[in-house]
Amino acid sequence: MKAESFTQARQATPAAHHGHPHESARLHVAGEATYVDDIRELAGTAHAALGLSSQAHARILAIELDAVRAMPGVIAVLTAADIPGTNDCGPIIHDDPILADGVVHYVGQPLFAVVADSHEHARRAARRAKVSYEPLPAVLDPLQAKAQSSFVLPPMQLVRGEPAARLAAAPRRLKGSWQVGGQEQFYLEGQISYAVPREDGCIHLWCSTQHPTEMQHVVSHALGLAANQVVVEMRRMGGGFGGKESQSALFACIAALAAARLRRPVKLRPDRDDDFMITGKRHDFHYEYEVGFDDDGRILAARIEMVARAGFSADLSGPVATRAICHFDNAYYLADVDIRALCARTNTQSNTAFRGFGGPQGAVAIEHIIDSVARALGHDPLDVRKLNFYGGEGRDLTPYGQRVEDNVIHELVAELEADSAYRERRRDIAAYNAGSPVLKKGLALTPVKFGISFNVAHYNQAGALVHVYTDGSVLVNHGGTEMGQGLNTKVCQVVAHTLGIELARVRATAADTSKVANTSATAASTGADLNGKAAEDAARRIRQRLAEFVAGRHGIDADAVRFADDHVHAGAVAVPFAELVAQAYQARVQLWSEGFYTTPGLSWDRSTLSGRPFYYFAYGAAVAEVLVDTLTGEWRLLRADLLHDAGNSINPAIDVGQVEGAFIQGMGWLTMEELWWNKDGRLMTHAPSTYKIPAAHDCPAEFHTRLFRNRNHEDTILRSKAVGEPPLLLGFAVLFALRDAVAAVGDGRSAPPLRAPATPEAILDAIDAVRAACAPATMEVLS
Amino acid sequence: MNTDAIRFLLNGEPVEVTGIAPTTSLLAWLRIHQGLTGTKEGCAEGDCGACTVVLGELAGSADALRLYSVNACIQFVPALDGKAVFTVEYLRRQAGDGLHPVQQAMVDCHGSQCGFCTPGFVMSLWDLYNACVPDGTRPDPARIRSQLTGNLCRCTGYRPIIEAGERMFEHTELPLDREAVRAGLLRLRRREALDYVHEGTHFLAPRTLAQLVELRRQRPQATLLAGCTDIGLWVNKQFRDVGDLIYIGQVEDLQQVGEAHGKLRIGAAVSLSDAFAALCLPYPELGELWERFASPPVRNAGTLGGNVANGSPIGDSMPALIALGAEVVLHGPRGRRSLPLDAFYLDYMRKDLAADEIVEAVEVPVHESALRFRSWKVSKRFDSDISAVCGAFALRLEDGVVRSPRIAFGGMAATPRRALRTEAAIEGRRWDEAALFAALQALAEDYAPLSDLRASADYRRRTAAGLLRRFYLETRAQDPLDTQQTRVFAAFDSFAAQP
Repeated sequence: MKAESFTQARQATPAAHHGHPHESARLHVAGEATYVDDIRELAGTAHAALGLSSQAHARILAIELDAVRAMPGVIAVLTAADIPGTNDCGPIIHDDPILADGVVHYVGQPLFAVVADSHEHARRAARRAKVSYEPLPAVLDPLQAKAQSSFVLPPMQLVRGEPAARLAAAPRRLKGSWQVGGQEQFYLEGQISYAVPREDGCIHLWCSTQHPTEMQHVVSHALGLAANQVVVEMRRMGGGFGGKESQSALFACIAALAAARLRRPVKLRPDRDDDFMITGKRHDFHYEYEVGFDDDGRILAARIEMVARAGFSADLSGPVATRAICHFDNAYYLADVDIRALCARTNTQSNTAFRGFGGPQGAVAIEHIIDSVARALGHDPLDVRKLNFYGGEGRDLTPYGQRVEDNVIHELVAELEADSAYRERRRDIAAYNAGSPVLKKGLALTPVKFGISFNVAHYNQAGALVHVYTDGSVLVNHGGTEMGQGLNTKVCQVVAHTLGIELARVRATAADTSKVANTSATAASTGADLNGKAAEDAARRIRQRLAEFVAGRHGIDADAVRFADDHVHAGAVAVPFAELVAQAYQARVQLWSEGFYTTPGLSWDRSTLSGRPFYYFAYGAAVAEVLVDTLTGEWRLLRADLLHDAGNSINPAIDVGQVEGAFIQGMGWLTMEELWWNKDGRLMTHAPSTYKIPAAHDCPAEFHTRLFRNRNHEDTILRSKAVGEPPLLLGFAVLFALRDAVAAVGDGRSAPPLRAPATPEAILDAIDAVRAACAPATMEVLS
Repeated sequence: MNTDAIRFLLNGEPVEVTGIAPTTSLLAWLRIHQGLTGTKEGCAEGDCGACTVVLGELAGSADALRLYSVNACIQFVPALDGKAVFTVEYLRRQAGDGLHPVQQAMVDCHGSQCGFCTPGFVMSLWDLYNACVPDGTRPDPARIRSQLTGNLCRCTGYRPIIEAGERMFEHTELPLDREAVRAGLLRLRRREALDYVHEGTHFLAPRTLAQLVELRRQRPQATLLAGCTDIGLWVNKQFRDVGDLIYIGQVEDLQQVGEAHGKLRIGAAVSLSDAFAALCLPYPELGELWERFASPPVRNAGTLGGNVANGSPIGDSMPALIALGAEVVLHGPRGRRSLPLDAFYLDYMRKDLAADEIVEAVEVPVHESALRFRSWKVSKRFDSDISAVCGAFALRLEDGVVRSPRIAFGGMAATPRRALRTEAAIEGRRWDEAALFAALQALAEDYAPLSDLRASADYRRRTAAGLLRRFYLETRAQDPLDTQQTRVFAAFDSFAAQP
């Protein structure tokens, strides 16, 4: 932005706690925001494509590549043998080959890369390989893997109290099994990496990734380079949702490998179908549970075993399972519990991070259980939920030993219950259902409590660089990545707020491993918490130097200097910020600074699964009302009311966007998004034609979203709360509203066996099961 | 070899293109050849809308300018000959380097997060904006939703984008200079057939039916191309070599919709949008199906003739057309012939169509007496999904007795097919609970569906029965139920009435 426009842009709007547009909004709408594939290609750029396994599990006997090499435009074909360093891109456990070597572990696993003069030539050539396999037994189902004790990691178990004894002694008990499906991230911009060889064996990599530092590491390991030879740059992603945390690595490594081998720029952009076939998704979970409760529905003890489909390798399954364990309680105090998680090894894509990172899969299980308890007792599920909330004497300790000190779930749910007219609508719906033979309505209110921080303490650190230039414009760089969540906007707001200047003065630049080093993934909702604090630290250092400079000139105390309204105030004197920094430069004041932040007070014992893994909790609740067709299982969301706790929001407009978007995404996971593998282990839902994420009509006509008035009681950035993942769990309300509608087919007391995703087929199955359980009544209603 | 150059308007300026394969997609051409990277690739199969652009063409005897959105990923560049192409880059130019009202509304409403789908949404909204501005109409949220069903957003959940569709009219109006576009297109107009050649492969765009029939006779191996919504996928996804292409989109005679002798005749090159608009006048019951049939960009490009000629077992138009007793008109060197649509489908993807024949039109009887008719599809998602089951039901009631029932399903067999046993079970019976019971029993005998990624065979059976029951409940002689009592999506019949 040009200097004169600073004055134009001057408004009375505060930099922080205000709904500024996304920093790239004007570029987005103009089609001028640059994604990796939009970067003007350097002369000589070649394009890579991947040859994929057609077998779920097999020994590779031979790969015939002559036909590939003979295709038009082909420059080279690379296999595992061409990797000079380590053939691995696994983030934690090193069991993720970049290119298959000897054995393939799933349909879609990359076997080789072909590099050609165009994207199309590379893709066409990649299909021409003749691969001979010797089939090996494949495990395609997580429960089959469990039966064979085939796991990617050792089982995890968290036990508190005496669950077995308490279960046995409970006046009422319920046992059951249940499942929720996986979910493809479906970032609109697919995976992509563009590698350019630089002098002395160095590599510059543009990569659509949530974790530039890890990309730097895996590329340096694969190529046998030092970390200082690899620069990873990331301006923005067209969505990430966890899918570009660890799994951008394979594409980064292959682009870099080809660029290094061929000494020319190489871009790797898999087609959407290949992206689906190669990369991991949200873990589907399979539950076996038992719960003991009293006549009011108060849970006395619970036992659950969660089997997660890890896929062929560990990837992030360990931390995902840990977070699932740490979110089985959701907003409820569970006195005596036994929570077990298994990471099943299957011959399918290696499942990975997806917004919520196991948290949703843990929490949705207890919601299912509580809903079943309420139905068994004939209570409104909301009453049973409230009865079990954290709070009250001796009811604030999580199963993993962290005290819940910031609990607002009671107030929040009460507010939403009133605002959404839950009770009146409950009555209206009962009346509607009584008079409606074909269509049934359902209603549910579900709460969220979500822990914020990486479970692994050392990831909770961040760095930033702030440059103030002599014209008063400011550049901020930090270790976080922008994937649409508005991180850069918030960081710019924090810097502007700290320096008391117009937001328009501040520009954020691409994440770049040569600027801020050793960054953590932008994940676990921590982006703004960590990087905002680091940027604030950097801005404060500059502010302090400027304050001392001004203080010296005006003979006042540095603490008395104020930064506000785009001016620096020293007593009665107000100097425009730009003027002051020009003067400060002349006086040789350092106008740039680094900043650093570590989240305080965290601890985690991996062996006992206990400690204080989370700095604080974010809360929320949602009410959903649905209409279900009992003849086909089709349904529609009629209304949704969301109330979410973003603390003292830095940007309420962006946070509302996160809440609404996460709700719809969570709803998609639990309803229409279905991953379907055929009997040979081939994923058949591998493009938007076959895999259906929510579309325009799935957004309810009545959609009310508000942020809960709150301030983080911990010293977070401007007392805000993380907002990326927690609201995904708001989507639970839709699933349980559907279950409520299905229950209305019967006597209301039965707990419909509704699996997730609750596709029309799953809903009709549940309806038929309820009908079968009370057949005469149903026939009467229908005729 | 001599070739005609492909000529069209790109963002208002005439361009001439040669030297590209005839199957080069507009998206690839824009991004790679023109450096216009505002248009994005999200799926390369017309299902995400990140590549949405707007086309303009002259239509009708008055040469009116017609604008419509399409997916650039499944438009072959030679098919644009004589048309106008507008990409997102045009909007700022139109706004004198500022933001167009559509773009400003998107910013105001926080309608972008990651921004990757955003240019596509902006173009879909721009299409709607241009449709509304000239006559001062304002779309309600339902109309806006309907316009956006071909654009996927993974970030926002759509609410702010729908709001932007309402608020885009709050800014100073910025109408498109239609006259300038019209004038540009008139200058480009071609009198003769286009013969574009690249490395020996032809892209032929005849202008008359006679030319088309003759070309087809000469080149029975060539691929007939209409909207490119399926053939685009053959190329993008399967790398199929489609050889020479004969494009029917410039054949004047195939673009006509007309009613004569109690039949609605829809030319083979009529878009699905126009075909359904025509069909919904006599049959407003098709409103929901229309709304759910693909998405605006696909319906604008794809043709009813193409849907019928393709003959996929899960094509959504055929059950309704079969139930209505539609005929398909074929044309070849030996002249014309018509046959009932249900007789056209022989087996899986096999039709009663000679190599030198073309589908010329679909003719749909417009029944005078009150036909009880319904057609519904069932899929995992409301918008733009492929049917698990698509059913269509038509019958007359004479004194409460069923006459001439026609029932057809898609997704239940290797072809779209009539439920003959079911029809026989109710012909001449009182339309009551007993007849329904007989129909349901017969229906179980009519089909042996498959299980696949969309649904299990069992679900298909139960849902086909469910649709039949719904039809019964809405049409039975005694106490028929109102659609409010039978349909989750009851609101969509109203769309049929919209122009």
